[in-house]
Amino acid sequence: MAFAYFPHTEDDIRQMLDRIGVGSLEDLYSDVPQDVIYRKEYDLPDAMSEHEVRQYFEALAEQNTSLFCLCGLGAYDHYSPAVIPHIISRSEFLTAYTPYQPEVSQGTLRYIFEYQSMITELTGMYCTNASMYDGATAAAEAMMMAMASTKKKTRVLLSEGLLPQVIKVVKTYAKFNGVELGFIPCQDGATSYGAMLTELAAGDVAGVLVPGINKYGIIEDFTGFADAVHAQKGLFMVYSDPSSLAVIKTPGEWGADIVCGDSQTMGIPLCYGGPYVGFLACTKDHVRKLPGRIVGATKDVDGKRAYVLTLQAREQHIRREKATSNICSNQSLMALYVTVYMSLMGPKGLREVNELSYGGAHYLHDQLLQTGLFEKAFDKPFLKEFTLKALVPAEKIQDALQMIGVFGAVEVEPGLVNFCVTEKVSKENVDAIVGYLKELEA
Amino acid sequence: MKYYDKLIFDLSKEGRQGYSLPANKWEALVSELPAGLLRAEAPALPQVSELDVVRHYTNLSQMNFGVDSGFYPLGSCTMKYNPKINEEIAAMPAFAGLHPLQPAGTVQGVLRLYKELSHALSEITGMAEFTLDPFAGAHGELTGLMIIRQYHMSRGDLKRTKVIVPDSAHGTNPASAAVCGLEIVQVKSKENGLVDVEDLKPLLDDTIAGIMMTNPNTLGLFEKDIKEIAALVHDCGGLLYYDGANMNPLIGMVRPGDMGFDVLHLNLHKSFSTPHGGGGPGSGPVGVAAHLAQHLPVPKVVEDEDGLLHVVGDDPMTCGQISGFMGNFGVLLRAYTYILMLGKQNVRMVGPLAVLGANYIKESLKDCYKLPIESVCKHEFVFDGLLDQSTGVTTLDIAKRLLDYGFHAPTIYFPLLFHQAIMIEPTETESKETLDGFIEIMRHIAAEAISDPESLKTAPHTTPVRRLDETTAARQPVLKVKDMN
Repeated sequence: MAFAYFPHTEDDIRQMLDRIGVGSLEDLYSDVPQDVIYRKEYDLPDAMSEHEVRQYFEALAEQNTSLFCLCGLGAYDHYSPAVIPHIISRSEFLTAYTPYQPEVSQGTLRYIFEYQSMITELTGMYCTNASMYDGATAAAEAMMMAMASTKKKTRVLLSEGLLPQVIKVVKTYAKFNGVELGFIPCQDGATSYGAMLTELAAGDVAGVLVPGINKYGIIEDFTGFADAVHAQKGLFMVYSDPSSLAVIKTPGEWGADIVCGDSQTMGIPLCYGGPYVGFLACTKDHVRKLPGRIVGATKDVDGKRAYVLTLQAREQHIRREKATSNICSNQSLMALYVTVYMSLMGPKGLREVNELSYGGAHYLHDQLLQTGLFEKAFDKPFLKEFTLKALVPAEKIQDALQMIGVFGAVEVEPGLVNFCVTEKVSKENVDAIVGYLKELEA
Repeated sequence: MKYYDKLIFDLSKEGRQGYSLPANKWEALVSELPAGLLRAEAPALPQVSELDVVRHYTNLSQMNFGVDSGFYPLGSCTMKYNPKINEEIAAMPAFAGLHPLQPAGTVQGVLRLYKELSHALSEITGMAEFTLDPFAGAHGELTGLMIIRQYHMSRGDLKRTKVIVPDSAHGTNPASAAVCGLEIVQVKSKENGLVDVEDLKPLLDDTIAGIMMTNPNTLGLFEKDIKEIAALVHDCGGLLYYDGANMNPLIGMVRPGDMGFDVLHLNLHKSFSTPHGGGGPGSGPVGVAAHLAQHLPVPKVVEDEDGLLHVVGDDPMTCGQISGFMGNFGVLLRAYTYILMLGKQNVRMVGPLAVLGANYIKESLKDCYKLPIESVCKHEFVFDGLLDQSTGVTTLDIAKRLLDYGFHAPTIYFPLLFHQAIMIEPTETESKETLDGFIEIMRHIAAEAISDPESLKTAPHTTPVRRLDETTAARQPVLKVKDMN
């Protein structure tokens, strides 16, 4: 049968079988026990044409409702410039594999080197890997890295201000990896320094992971944190939104040893949670424990500047069970989204994105407080997302917003709801939404 | 391909910009934040125009080789054609614009896709249920092993802390097992490249959580004792894990579930045509036999009596949550597009045509290259260097010379069983003419090894850069622009 993705004619197949010296395609499976050859019909749809496939997905898409996004909590509706999909869809990038043959992979290697340069610039770290799956798994890798770097210690402390999905994923890895987790509660919406000291004093702490901006949207103040953790010979680790680091104090400035997070905020569509791109960066002392691909600059035999995967002695294909991680792929193409985004935005554009988000978020925050549906939950500084205490059941507010095509007021904790504003939200948008909520309250 | 030497940073000029943003009409300013929470200096990112960006990355792309550029016979990586319709479906705003925390009622189309793709993968593999949450093959391996450990732990069987891994396994197998807290026990391969059942038997006791098998294995050979191995492992109370990196030759012919496997992962970026993207994003769905379904990770999609789909975020029997949200949804869309294009008819031909191509190349070259194991292969096979090794030409030289002739190199120096391993996997999307062209060049290289070995030892000659100084790169790392000079 002819099919667009199979180039074989009947005659080709016959000639190839002749060269091999077998009579039929099925004879190529003569080494397989015959009772495991599958002879039944598959319960799959009939083959479709491209046009029919389009119609199928259009019908499926109609079962979704596109909503105007006022929600954050780990996935952010920032604007993605038109250039990005055009660069991404260049097939030399899209259809290449991991750059094992550097002589024909300088495109991939070069953009990863640029990505490393940009992420380290934002985080204030010495080195970053060429990407992780997402922020939550990057946090789990950070935990394992802390364990590997501080041998003999058994515990890692997590702030309860981390996003719930980050804590859940770290917990899963910890359970199977034999890591004991301790938790640092929040006080007035921020990781409690006092509670951290108490946990540290209990000893055996390999590392402490805290959120740069926590699940309430609050920008944390880490004065004294790094010193306290280092005094116990643990590693200070920060979970960051790299977009925010164009303006807020960097983990490097706070004295962090390891930084992890998700770069979805820099040009990657929401896409129902993936693909995104995590990052894991560290100081010079910890590079040899950093998992994942790393690209370094070098020269070729003619002295030309060139780039190559380096420090590979850390990785699973060399070290097998002694590797610091099982990570094999990276999210290379997603790192390209982020690299192109950062190139377009530059320091000023990234700052302006934060200004627009900050200005809009603070306006929405103040306006929502006037609807009678909310009151302040915390009195702490925030950037683009914030938490309010809902005076009516959160679900009611969420449903009401959905009636006008808006997604927001997601519960972070019982009675506490999240809102997030990006540069895609205008004053007219906010005024219309708030006006509607005010009417509702009346 | 032509050499282009710039970094985007080299194009930067103070005052240029490549973005357009709305005018700022808000009143509040970031500078109102406490000074102690602000970074001291602006980050040194490039300042370039939009055209600078477009031209720079276009130039970079022209130093790259993809499946669309030419034949990419990279063993164990299944570099098949990535259909263009996949990309268009994944970019549809009705999917790409959805926030992962949107209520289930507003994403029924998304959740329906999870159900339908899971069902299709179950049909193709013979597994009862799937999770689509894992992000990649290695992530799927880890998830599968977590499910196996969770199964034993849930039965109070806490002694099972070891996993058996054949010496021919992918490096991720032992690494994933270690991350999952398991001890690795290696089982040897026989002369014929297959797992030595006699070597396996004494390893099987009540401390074995399971065995990880790749079938066909990394030599491209079908483990024909698989049913006996399955019975032995099950008898000792262990479970069988199937590494789906080599699933492509079985698609349409053999289902791992029917061979006795309890858990498997698939690489949608290999067998199901989603693009590799220079290393990712991938997707590594995990399928399980019915008795393990309760241990699948959360979040999971469930259907109620009215046909409405819901997301379950917690479950007492689950192994846990392994991804921030629900995996690489964009990759799932591409894979299901491919399955719908194939349909129940064409799916039957994927494996056989992949196997046809591999055997065709093997039989056409085995008089020039050393074939260590004479057997029908599946989707890939391994040569152990040139038949005539007196010239000193190595596998690395052959790989580099192939680049000069416009082919990507095969996987080299893997598996570790042979010193000069060259692992070739053509896939079912390559024509006889393409394979003939590759065969001709491989024969030509074998002749060059005798007539002009120097041209191989110094290859490649025509690529944008030539052999690299990897030693200095590792000894004196330059990992970012600031490390240069």
